Amino acid sequence: MRSRTLPMREVHVWEMPVRVYHWVNALCVTVLCVTGFLIGNPLAFMKGTEAYLNYWFGTVRFIHFVSAFVFFFNFIFRTYWGFVGNEFSRWYNFIPLKRCQWKEIINVIKVDVLQVSHKEIDSIGHNSLASFIYFLTFLIFLLQCLTGFGMYAAMSTAFLPKLFSWIVPFMGGDMHVRQLHHILMWGFILFAMVHIYLVFYHDYIERRGVTSSMIGGWKFIEEDVIERHENRSEDCPKD
Amino acid sequence: MENKQPSFYEEVRGDGISRKDFLKFCATMAAFLGLESSGIGQIVKALETKPRLPVIWFHFQECTCCSESFIRASHPIVADIVLGKISLDYQETLMAASGVQAEEAYKAVMAKFPGEYIVMVEGSIPTENEAYCCIGGRSAKQILEEAVQNCKAVVAWGNCASAGCVQAASPNPTGAKPVHKIISGKPVINVQGCPPIADVMAGVVVHLLTFDRIPQLDALGRPKAFYSRRVHDTCYRRANFDAGLFVESFDDEGAKKGYCLYKMGCKGPVTYNSCGIIKWNDGVSYPIQSGHPCIGCSEEGFWDNGPFYQHLPSIAGFGIETTADKIGLGLGVATAVGVAGHAIYTNIRKKKEITNAPETASETEKPKAL
Repeated sequence: MRSRTLPMREVHVWEMPVRVYHWVNALCVTVLCVTGFLIGNPLAFMKGTEAYLNYWFGTVRFIHFVSAFVFFFNFIFRTYWGFVGNEFSRWYNFIPLKRCQWKEIINVIKVDVLQVSHKEIDSIGHNSLASFIYFLTFLIFLLQCLTGFGMYAAMSTAFLPKLFSWIVPFMGGDMHVRQLHHILMWGFILFAMVHIYLVFYHDYIERRGVTSSMIGGWKFIEEDVIERHENRSEDCPKD
Repeated sequence: MENKQPSFYEEVRGDGISRKDFLKFCATMAAFLGLESSGIGQIVKALETKPRLPVIWFHFQECTCCSESFIRASHPIVADIVLGKISLDYQETLMAASGVQAEEAYKAVMAKFPGEYIVMVEGSIPTENEAYCCIGGRSAKQILEEAVQNCKAVVAWGNCASAGCVQAASPNPTGAKPVHKIISGKPVINVQGCPPIADVMAGVVVHLLTFDRIPQLDALGRPKAFYSRRVHDTCYRRANFDAGLFVESFDDEGAKKGYCLYKMGCKGPVTYNSCGIIKWNDGVSYPIQSGHPCIGCSEEGFWDNGPFYQHLPSIAGFGIETTADKIGLGLGVATAVGVAGHAIYTNIRKKKEITNAPETASETEKPKAL
């Protein structure tokens, strides 16, 4: 039996609300992409029947709209949690305003993407590059909500969608809004591919249990990393 | 001027139209404008008492299809009044005068009815080089800017005047711009469509005359009475859309059965117009009823969101008929290849970490020896 003992500690990284957000989001994005794809390019698998006997396409659209509402409120909740959650979920992780965050981004590119350096990355939560990419996805979330509800506003009398009724005239018409909404969907698909791969990659290389950390919330972190984290300079939460 | 000028009613009676037909027309207009039944009385009273609207009607970069549409209004009274008598004012296509006389007619309207006359514009205005559209030695921009100074309101007929239409389509060689981007300080009513529906045009004129103010507009400047709902929402084939029954080619069984034209590139879901309700040619039909998808002619930039027979527009710069889906799929494949490549690369470059043989191996395996 091959085994080894390491000086590691378990760290509670992802609180329950963050984990619930993650999986609700994953489910919504999956459902929204599948139904969105169908809405954009429906399968014409039915022939020789009458309209009053069927409603499958209406149901697909209904599922898309319901998931959109769940996605939207889930996203708002996560934004709120970025101000009240633990240090790994706070907003300042995601926006690289500090020099050390940019330094870490360059290091991650060297170590994990190009693999020309074997320096250790000290991050306990997300590394700075991952956080920045998540920030970009949040922007895509926002744009997708704006364009989606903007189109939805025209067929709704409810208060919330009506708040978005300025989007369509702002962008010059439904055609442009729809096109942007469709293009951004591909952003989600490409992100999901890379995201899932990188989770596996990090688990494979670092064996900190990053995959299961989004289920249980705990990660294995080396003692020296925790020590450096606890003694870090105050102005830079990630150094 | 109130007493000298004959009213609309007097003019149409003079043309031999019966009072019954006149009332029928007023009721039709009230219905199109979405007024309650008391509105019919208001229209009747306005047309009986008020004189014809003084109108200056310009043709800039356009094809005159708006005028052509207008003179085919299902109820000819408005066209009769506005176009039949319009040669008294100024309308380049239909007026009798030409040359110096035409210019005089145009100047006379501005002098006689300051703050009263309506400027109606067909066509876009070139800005790249104003010489692309000149009338009587002056550019369209100069003429328009002068004419709107003392006007009451501006009516932009059709997609050209409202959004630039085909002239403003990429690469827009003349720098064509719609009316609302040229002038400021005057209300502009964008009566969208290529051309607009004749009855919609008539409705706008009647509204201006009856209520003496511009109709309620949406955020893109279009009268809400006619442009607040999508062609899709008022389509008689909508049930087929919700049922997922689609035409896949123009000669398939679905086309014969009248299924939804969504997959044939129908722009109904992104187009605001009243084609599905008022229809064309005296309510005979409209494109979708004739088996053709909507091309979205009452929307800004509809020429650049083609092709007409494909719902997802092509993306400029990637070649003809390259949609977001094709680009997305290409990027998806590239990402998959990149991910697979990176995985192989990792197994080579990070062999030490993976096989668990770091330089600290002896240290970490100490506890085992104990």
